[in-house]
Amino acid sequence: MDPRGFCRQSRLVIVAGKGGVGKTTVAAALARMAARAGLSALVVEVEGKSGLAAAFGTEVLSYDEVVLSPASPDGTAEVRARTITPDGALVEYLEDKGLRRLSRRLLRGGAVDVVATSAPGIKDILVLGKVKQLERAEAADLIVLDAPASGHAMRFLMSARGLLDAVNVGPLQAQARDVLEMLTDPERCQVVLVTLAEETPVNEVVETAYTLEDKVGTNLGPVVVNGLYPVLEGLDADPEAAAAALDVSLRPGEAEALRRAADFRSRRQALQAEQVGRLSAALALPQLHLPALFDAELGLSQIDRLADALATGVEALGVVP
Amino acid sequence: MTADGPPVSGESLAALVSERSILVCCGPGGVGKTTAAAAAALAGARCGRRSVVVTIDPARRLADALGLDSLSNTPTLVAGDWPGELWALMLDTESTFDALVSKYAPAPEQAEAILSNRFYRNISGALSGTQEYMAMEKLHELHDEDRFDLIVVDTPPTRNALDFVDAPRRLTRLLDNRIFRLLMLPTRASFKAVNVATQTFLRTVARVVGSEVVQDAVRFFQAFEGMEDGFRDRAQRVHQLLSDPGTAFLLVAAPRPDVVAEAEFFADKLGEADIGVAALVVNRMHPRFGGEWSEVDRERASTLAGTPLGPLYESLADLRQLADGEEGHVAALVARVAPAPAVRVPMLAADVHDLAGLSKVGEHLF
Repeated sequence: MDPRGFCRQSRLVIVAGKGGVGKTTVAAALARMAARAGLSALVVEVEGKSGLAAAFGTEVLSYDEVVLSPASPDGTAEVRARTITPDGALVEYLEDKGLRRLSRRLLRGGAVDVVATSAPGIKDILVLGKVKQLERAEAADLIVLDAPASGHAMRFLMSARGLLDAVNVGPLQAQARDVLEMLTDPERCQVVLVTLAEETPVNEVVETAYTLEDKVGTNLGPVVVNGLYPVLEGLDADPEAAAAALDVSLRPGEAEALRRAADFRSRRQALQAEQVGRLSAALALPQLHLPALFDAELGLSQIDRLADALATGVEALGVVP
Repeated sequence: MTADGPPVSGESLAALVSERSILVCCGPGGVGKTTAAAAAALAGARCGRRSVVVTIDPARRLADALGLDSLSNTPTLVAGDWPGELWALMLDTESTFDALVSKYAPAPEQAEAILSNRFYRNISGALSGTQEYMAMEKLHELHDEDRFDLIVVDTPPTRNALDFVDAPRRLTRLLDNRIFRLLMLPTRASFKAVNVATQTFLRTVARVVGSEVVQDAVRFFQAFEGMEDGFRDRAQRVHQLLSDPGTAFLLVAAPRPDVVAEAEFFADKLGEADIGVAALVVNRMHPRFGGEWSEVDRERASTLAGTPLGPLYESLADLRQLADGEEGHVAALVARVAPAPAVRVPMLAADVHDLAGLSKVGEHLF
């Protein structure tokens, strides 16, 4: 499948995963992959503290959109980003309903918590409702939602169903129904789960995948396995023998350092191969593999390297089940 | 596995485990807080103390190793060969909250009215900060029982460190909220004017969320009447406990820029609340092998590519680059918490999911 086709499958892609697996980076790489295929992308983050702005070297994200990377003459489309907070979404929602005075009063009295507590998942529904509005308005060719971390992601995505059970009248119920409709329509939305090739993240991603399918009914896209060491062959070579054969002189202690680094790398490689295997056995979803980056800083060039790796993976999709 | 990591100053961390009575492990999500907390409690048991770890959500196999099934909200003894005792429990937010309500309700019927209220069920399960609140409540409860020498609390992955320091006061603040005070007034005729305004307000809210939801909320606040003082006292005592000299905060982080930034934010917030970071633990640092010739490794990896030495230099250079980058991220955080000791735990060759793994982490920590 070509990257453009992949990005056109659904306007909304929700990127979810445990904290620390590189969700935000994957969301950025997806957006750049779309942009380089000529599709404009909007990254939406909901926790108010993403490293996106730093990575793209732009101003801090806010409720208003900022441009992360502009369109360029070579056909690359722009990537924009914004934050959606429950408070911001609530005010906008109430104002849309002609309840501007109420919204001010709610915020001033610190009563957003009352409303938010009065029904489960109300904050999540407000945020998802706003995402749905962006999706309906075709705010970009591809909207990438950087979902909250871990357990909260599930609560977040299950909020629509939960709210439908609890609230049986009113505009919020209609909102929840619309959100659920979007989440369960594969033409409109898919969820990309991100994991690392490590035991706990793999367990968690498998569990999340089943829960999302059963409890929400979302369409699951490929699973992104992030941070894979590129596999190096020949790590069991003896440094001293190899150096002697090549007539290379090693400094004192160098052979030992080479041996220990090679040993560490091959053990981590074996571990990740085992975990990728476990993931494949437990979850019948295609995988996209992203390499570990050894750079100290994350910037546009690193994100683009990941976007390349994603594109390569996407091109291989449909060939391998 | 050993590594030529930066020097580790472990003595003071060991002292924390053997001398303090409460250790709070805090930090951003996904950095190994639970593992650090469990390793600290284990180290406490190793030096002869009766220690208990309150975990939030351990990985399945770690939970199994600690003998925790999903429902144990009371301490379970972990069998093992050490002079002290190791107990573990997994926090159940809702039942801890229920117990608290029952305790402060003047009559069983009042407790029942609250516990069965839908609004309460939402609060106990979903109000932001409830999990933090209950972790602190559990801490207080265990402290009062006086059966442990060392209580180690794992905290939920919170954005703001103050969320759990502040959590006990949050409910009382919610109860003090002006709107809620109004909600409790309808029974008092003298406030008729306010009442009309409140009714209008409630009707408007009801238009958005439905009237049932609003009625539940009103009933909840009416049922809570008279119980605020008990909750307020309790919150005050928990707060005192957290600022007690016997309590130490352990900041746990990982060597990633986003995590380090969040951890610095944590340290700042704790400082604002006059709570110092007693020690910093940076988990999962890549080991750095060899001396100071890092710039030539990459060069050799490319000139020797295709030979048996190529991959060896490449793996050495990759690890060095990672380790140096990580150290660069961590250095500022280490300086930020100084003079508190900082311990760097190297990434182990396998995930930590049993007591043997915990011991290994413990070797680096204590």
